[in-house]
Amino acid sequence: MTVPPPAPSAMPTYLGMPRFPDAAARAVADEGLRRNLAHATTTIRGRRAGAVAELDDWSALRESGKQIKDHVLANLGHYLRLLEERVTAAGGTVHWARDAAEANRIVTDLVRATGETEVVKVKSMATQEIGLNEALAEADITAHETDLAELIVQLGDDRPSHILVPAIHRNRADIRELFARTMPDAPPGLTDDPADLAEAARRHLRARFLAAKVAVSGANFAVADTGTLVVLESEGNGRMCLTLPETLISVMGIEKVVPSWRDLEVFLQLLPRSSTAERMNPYTSSWTGVTPGDGPSAFHLVLLDNGRTATLADDVGKQALRCIRCSACLNVCPVYQRAGGHAYGSPYPGPIGAILSPQIRGVGSPVDASLPFASSLCGACYDVCPVAIDIPEVLVHLRARAVEEGPRHPLERAAMAAAGWTLRSPARLALAQRAASAGRGAARRFRRLPGPLHAWTDTRDLPVPPRESFRAWWRRTGGGRTEEEA
Amino acid sequence: MRIALFVTCVNDTLFPDTGRAVVRLLRRLGHDVEFPEAQTCCGQMHFNTGYRDQALPIAEGFARAFAGYDAVVAPSASCAAMVRDWHPKLAAERGGPRPAAAVADVAPRVFELSELLVDVLGVTDVGAYYPHRVTYHPTCHSLRMLRVGDRPLRLLRAVRGLDLVELPDAAECCGFGGTFALKNADVSAAMAADKVANVRGTGAGTLCAADNSCLMHLGGTLTRTGSDVRTVHLAEILASTEEDPA
Amino acid sequence: MTARDAVLGRIDAIVPPRAAADIAADYARIDREYLRRHHDDGVLDLFAERVADYRADVRRVGPDELAAAVAEILAARPGVHGVPSGLPAAWTALAPAESLAADPAVADLDGLAGAVTGCAVGIAETGTIVLDHGPDQGLRALSLVPDHHLIVVAADRVAADVPEALERLDPARPLTFVSGPSATSDIELSRVEGVHGPRTLKVLVVA
Repeated sequence: MTVPPPAPSAMPTYLGMPRFPDAAARAVADEGLRRNLAHATTTIRGRRAGAVAELDDWSALRESGKQIKDHVLANLGHYLRLLEERVTAAGGTVHWARDAAEANRIVTDLVRATGETEVVKVKSMATQEIGLNEALAEADITAHETDLAELIVQLGDDRPSHILVPAIHRNRADIRELFARTMPDAPPGLTDDPADLAEAARRHLRARFLAAKVAVSGANFAVADTGTLVVLESEGNGRMCLTLPETLISVMGIEKVVPSWRDLEVFLQLLPRSSTAERMNPYTSSWTGVTPGDGPSAFHLVLLDNGRTATLADDVGKQALRCIRCSACLNVCPVYQRAGGHAYGSPYPGPIGAILSPQIRGVGSPVDASLPFASSLCGACYDVCPVAIDIPEVLVHLRARAVEEGPRHPLERAAMAAAGWTLRSPARLALAQRAASAGRGAARRFRRLPGPLHAWTDTRDLPVPPRESFRAWWRRTGGGRTEEEA
Repeated sequence: MRIALFVTCVNDTLFPDTGRAVVRLLRRLGHDVEFPEAQTCCGQMHFNTGYRDQALPIAEGFARAFAGYDAVVAPSASCAAMVRDWHPKLAAERGGPRPAAAVADVAPRVFELSELLVDVLGVTDVGAYYPHRVTYHPTCHSLRMLRVGDRPLRLLRAVRGLDLVELPDAAECCGFGGTFALKNADVSAAMAADKVANVRGTGAGTLCAADNSCLMHLGGTLTRTGSDVRTVHLAEILASTEEDPA
Repeated sequence: MTARDAVLGRIDAIVPPRAAADIAADYARIDREYLRRHHDDGVLDLFAERVADYRADVRRVGPDELAAAVAEILAARPGVHGVPSGLPAAWTALAPAESLAADPAVADLDGLAGAVTGCAVGIAETGTIVLDHGPDQGLRALSLVPDHHLIVVAADRVAADVPEALERLDPARPLTFVSGPSATSDIELSRVEGVHGPRTLKVLVVA
């Protein structure tokens, strides 16, 4: 099947974002960043393994989660229409957005209609993806992030670097310094004890929650047959936003729909354990339309395509739409751990970002074309994925797309063609081996090679080819038999 | 039982001792092994770098070279995984029906060395002798594609004289990753540095693995950083005896 | 063309619509080999243990000890505690009347010392308490804004595991799943208790 091109304004590529290897090289050189990331990811890795090992039916849950999501993708139109019908029947209003710009316009208009100029926000990947805060700012509407890590990112005028913990690149000392500098109501003598920092955030946001008239959220799941939206969180900022304001606007990717209420029995087991390594996250809220007398009196659901249908059209790549945004793949990824989240040039970093961003945005830009290569294909991500997304499979699939549709690399192409020509014929391979052996000098290993191979020998020696290849030895000795006799 | 050796292009060109070790080991266990000279490569570098059209004829050539054998043994988990997992999909996606059938026929009969020994030939004690302190790095494709589990460790534990020490964070990738080592050289080198630090911490004099490509990356890092830890392929340790030491 | 038609049109072109009955039949074929419950015995003990794992304060009391236990917990936290008007009067019978405010206005919640509620369902496996904001639980804001939350959990409300709990709940109602006090993992990915929701969670299991 041919893949339709993604919508033009799909997801903002962070301005001037370099190719992954260049951005990653800078991150690798940053000792502090590497220490912060290594500390955080190794901690959560061990805890996730424990939380998962506690359930001896994990693989069955994972298989069901995968099948439910695949079933939704195979019948997406049906379930979205059902969701729309049920949300509307429960007093909500459903909006559709082809792309980021359209979604931003819808939300901006909805906020303007309330007459408010401030909104409180629950952490949401969809609104990060579309750059909603920036779009609201252009309309003179201030969006206040209320999730602690998002607040840290917003106060620091920074970018998120992790799906679950957007400020993972900052340690407690950084955060203390940031709060003391940017929070007018930060208590004097603020320490870097995480409990103290959480307390400062609580004080900073409390009045804002109590006064808020409009909230913007995402959604972890939307149940089609009941019209129920579900948000998982930890801090209670989500509950504040979903409960206290008069108007609630939720922006949700179209792939987040699940068929039935009972399906949550699978995902409420898979997600918390994969994500924060807890049996259950502190708070999960669900709501169906509006409830008179309790919570918002107006509820708007914005259903977002933004490159998802293009992804759905790719038979291999569409499995990325199963993602439930747990970030387990980031936490186990050795590349993410060393390159950090910013190198991925998108709100979706790590292995899932490396397969999601190039599909949502296409492989036309240098950073997007480089993302499928930002992996050693070690497979750790696939093993921990709670919905069994075969990320290495999608990576190599997208590599082929990047080579065939992305920016041209004539030198690499020529080298690959030459290697392919050699490796298609045993005679040509043998000839190349003889040439390599003839060219060996007295050294036992190469310490410095010219051209693209310097990338190897900058940090690693390379063995010198042996006097005789295996196939030459086999031919000379009859498979070692004459040698044995000799 | 007709066993063919798929030596792999990396071993063929750079590490012939590993291929010789497989031959010696299997003969010692009473099995003959053939070397079909039409073989070249599994095509993994092309495939994993996105050059599927270059990889396809290599995969089809593999199927022709190894047709008719009961088992094909490869002293490389990564190449065995490429053949078993990817060749059938690649041939189905881009090749004609007839070559695709040939590829699908050969692929399931390809085994990494420890799989052949433990699962097909049913041995864990191969009668080897290797009086050294060894640590074992389970390569990613052996662990997470082929799922060889502890087969290599069971083989190593049965080697007389061998002192096996556990490698911390063993399951973590070494950072080789084929062309990843060149395309993302900085991250690759950072991963190697951490792996090598763990290796040196064990006090072992030998680092063993089932893939010479990963060992080349780690060995190159070890020698560059002045370490005298040797990198030795699993086949060479298993082939080693008192009379004929590795 | 509306955005709705455009998006659904793209979807229908990729995955053509099918009859609802066929979709339902496919849905019924989804493998669900996972367990309905992970523990068969000792469900109430498990519930208390797992709630406590989140650093919530859990006590088990007999029905005739409940009023005294509630009064004791409220006395330890001076001030006025909000209660939903549907809370059984017997639960707070021993607490001084001036320490209780029935159905407080949302605007007054931030000044309260705490809130006392019942619950709809408990989940033993995960140590979760689910509020459906029925008469004994009150508005969602009541158990959110005050910094102290006392939940009374009747033994028969405790389900062994997540699937059973969801069966007992009505998704048409607003639901709040509470697993321990408010917490965050946002600083160095380690969990610390206490952000925006109630920082103290007290649970009385009545059996």
